[in-house]
Amino acid sequence: MTITTITDAVLAPKDYGSDQEVRWCPGCGDYAILKAVQKALAELGARRERTVFVSGIGCAARFPYYLSTYGFHTIHGRAPAIATGIKLANPELDVWVITGDGDGLSIGGNHMLHVLRRNVDLQIVLFNNEIYGLTKGQYSPTSRRGTQSPSTPQGSVEYPVSACAFALGAGARFVARAVDTQQAELVELLQRAHAHHGASFVEVFQNCVVFNDGVFDQFTAKDAAPDAQIHVEHGRPLMFGRNGDRGLRLKPGTLALEVVEVGDGGARPQDILVHDETNRALAQLLVALEPPEFPVALGVLYCNPAPSYDAEVYAQARAAGFGRQPADLDALLRREGTWVVEG
Amino acid sequence: MTLSTPPARQSRDSVVIRFAGDSGDGMQVTGSRFTVETALAGNDLTTFPDFPAEIRAPAGTTYGVSAFQIQFGARDVMTPGDAVDVLVAMNPAALKVELKDLRVGGTIVADAGAFTERNLAKAGFPANPLEDRSLAPYQVLTFDITRLTTDAVKDFGLSTREAHRCRNMWALGLMLWMYGRDRQATIDWLRRKFADHADLARANVAVLNAGHAFGETAEMSEHLVGYTVPSAPVEPGRYRTVSGTEAIAWGLIAGMHAAGLEKMVFAGYPITPASLLLHTLANLKSHGVITFQAEDEIAAIGAAIGAAYAGALGVTSSSGPGIALKTEMLGLAIATELPIVVVDSQRAGPSTGMPTKTEQSDLFQAVHGRNADAPLAVLAAASASDGFAVAIEAVRIATKYMTPVILLSDAYLAHAAEPWRLPDAAALPRFPVRFRTDPDGFHPFLRNPGTLARAWAVPGTPGLEHRIGGLEKDYDTGHISYDPENHARMTRTRVAKIAGIANDIPLQQPALGEDHGAVAVVGWGSTYGAIHRAVDEAREDGLDVSHIHLRYLNPFPRNLGDLLKRFDRVIVPEMNNGQLVQLLRAAYLVPAEGLSKVEGKPFKVAEIVHAIEAKRT
Repeated sequence: MTITTITDAVLAPKDYGSDQEVRWCPGCGDYAILKAVQKALAELGARRERTVFVSGIGCAARFPYYLSTYGFHTIHGRAPAIATGIKLANPELDVWVITGDGDGLSIGGNHMLHVLRRNVDLQIVLFNNEIYGLTKGQYSPTSRRGTQSPSTPQGSVEYPVSACAFALGAGARFVARAVDTQQAELVELLQRAHAHHGASFVEVFQNCVVFNDGVFDQFTAKDAAPDAQIHVEHGRPLMFGRNGDRGLRLKPGTLALEVVEVGDGGARPQDILVHDETNRALAQLLVALEPPEFPVALGVLYCNPAPSYDAEVYAQARAAGFGRQPADLDALLRREGTWVVEG
Repeated sequence: MTLSTPPARQSRDSVVIRFAGDSGDGMQVTGSRFTVETALAGNDLTTFPDFPAEIRAPAGTTYGVSAFQIQFGARDVMTPGDAVDVLVAMNPAALKVELKDLRVGGTIVADAGAFTERNLAKAGFPANPLEDRSLAPYQVLTFDITRLTTDAVKDFGLSTREAHRCRNMWALGLMLWMYGRDRQATIDWLRRKFADHADLARANVAVLNAGHAFGETAEMSEHLVGYTVPSAPVEPGRYRTVSGTEAIAWGLIAGMHAAGLEKMVFAGYPITPASLLLHTLANLKSHGVITFQAEDEIAAIGAAIGAAYAGALGVTSSSGPGIALKTEMLGLAIATELPIVVVDSQRAGPSTGMPTKTEQSDLFQAVHGRNADAPLAVLAAASASDGFAVAIEAVRIATKYMTPVILLSDAYLAHAAEPWRLPDAAALPRFPVRFRTDPDGFHPFLRNPGTLARAWAVPGTPGLEHRIGGLEKDYDTGHISYDPENHARMTRTRVAKIAGIANDIPLQQPALGEDHGAVAVVGWGSTYGAIHRAVDEAREDGLDVSHIHLRYLNPFPRNLGDLLKRFDRVIVPEMNNGQLVQLLRAAYLVPAEGLSKVEGKPFKVAEIVHAIEAKRT
């Protein structure tokens, strides 16, 4: 089929919204993420007809209905599989996967593993609220130990999975992390994810006001954030704190990070690690940082591109003759081992 | 031994040979090569590969026996044969397992060199059956194939193990001689196969020739005689042998062309016996095929659905347990009304069951096996070559009606081969799809008033941006709807759309016999050949019986109920515990009676003939 360009007009964020009434709970972090995505699409100049949002099941999965692009609200956990099929049918499409901690790391954990490992050219945005919201508040695979919920009245005894550590372990080549309400950084990360060819994994800490309100307050509350967050940037020292005077360095003689004060009587600036987003080992140390001892690492934690799955599949197919000439069915049926019975 | 002139060749109308040996003895290759040479000789034929689930079972064990059966003849051959005329037994275990199917008076060709004490013990023979009188009802031809093979390759510098692996070519050479077959195609094939190992190519050809020459020159036995099997009268044209898997693969490609689609995305997960289709299509990229080995069965059908959403032909394939895993996705394809084809190569179950053994027990799963009211179209291939036409038809129905279609094959059809008169691609049906491009008045559930199919609007099309999903949609706008009356309307519309396909398929005709009478034998799928031959024989005996064979299992052809009611009795042979028979009784209130076989093996003609005779009134 041919695709005709009808307009290259500049679209505003609101032009990426649909006519459907948004039905998330008032105050839900999803509103902020929707706003950031629309802003990112506008700044990217995304063509609506070439953009597809694919989701699974959960509160986050309603996302495609609120956008004016193409959208596919699929079934629980399976969005990466359907998105892979879309990219295999048409690699030109710009495909986003919207998922959550239950959708992407529990019922769909296997698909998440493989879509990252294969490096399919998708933007995968995982809304992590550490709870099952749509089913009314059960603990999720990212819930912390002790989380009380309808299914764990005495508190969960399970150890949570770290979304970004999982992604790195699966072989993801772009891993980033953001907070729903920190719009400027979220918009920037979504754009970075879009620019990356291959599977881009973005975890967004998203506050569920009904079932898990305030679960991230320890590092997202206004007064706590400066000392509890570190915003990493490639080539810049890993510094944070309300006075910008705290840094991360390798604890001498170990393979562990430590927080140090820089300046008078403290560590020397040259001791502070410089962020290298292509360094997988560093990324693994960063994703593991947890308050209160450490700040939570936000930003592009790892970015190390490699050819995407869909590009490689098509390169192989073309090498084998895909699309080279009109396929000849007669030649296929007659290529060997035939005989003629005379009339 | 007395010297005598070689006896003249005797003529046979049809012959059933079973090659049997260890799973490492190359029996499938031997059978396949004999098949090709037999097809080239102009016989009609049907094959039945029967091999164990174990890839390399311990050598010499009964559960490691791999067999390949072929019936070939001078008339229309529709089954691999009930009783075996010639059993080639490469070791004692093969003789032990396969002897029960050899007819009394049949011939055993055995490798005496493999009947060692150790192998006899493994097979559970207290004494060597080649030397006691236990095989008296049969004609026994024993050769030390192991030694004759070793002798034939002694100049090629092969290891003992390599030499031993050539034994099957000796047996093949002898059998080709016995039935007057050429062997040039096999020599050419060996040279291609071992193109990088010239010594192995030469050795295998030498062994093949040695087996052939042995037959030509041996004067050892009056039993070692040559036969001729005249070629079958067939329609003029170009032929090839085709397996069910190949026919379906090529049919899917033909269907994609017929629909005017640029590409097929075929997504599968390894499972016996369906993986062959993935392997076959992975080598056909130049015909517009993209293959995807997914992480699991669910992802495989998910990718097929995603591909269909994006405007390609989406296909997935599995066997029963894998189809079960795909079930929720089938519901999504039904709710979003996307065209995919799902090929089910059925095997014996439940659960893992007997992975390499055939059965037709997924009919209920295909027709009804989903949550909620979730209708889709179900077709079945009747023979290996029929897979081609049925696959084209599956693509036609899927794309015309925007629905998933399940194409039922089975473990037998997946491997079975038969000669096939090649169609002319230019003469195949055309049913080009029209993607929606007009934004005017568009919504995603806008329907064709004739077919009730929704519009196929593909991402990339400006102005048609829309959202679909598994949530119920409003009939008039395509938006999410929880309205009770709308859900009732959408449910009825989905049902009516599939039911309406009955108006777009051929009326059911008997495959053999009149459209009324005393007995109708109704079948579906790979039982076609056995039922057809059985009904043919019963009719020759003067019985009033017809054969009705269903390609369309959902919906049924719209005259099927009336047709069945014109018979006094309806017998439904199935390789399951009675599934079609229940569907027919439920749909038409006819007193259909089942004939069930669940042994992991196809029906024998005689089993169906006996059932017909028992029902004569």
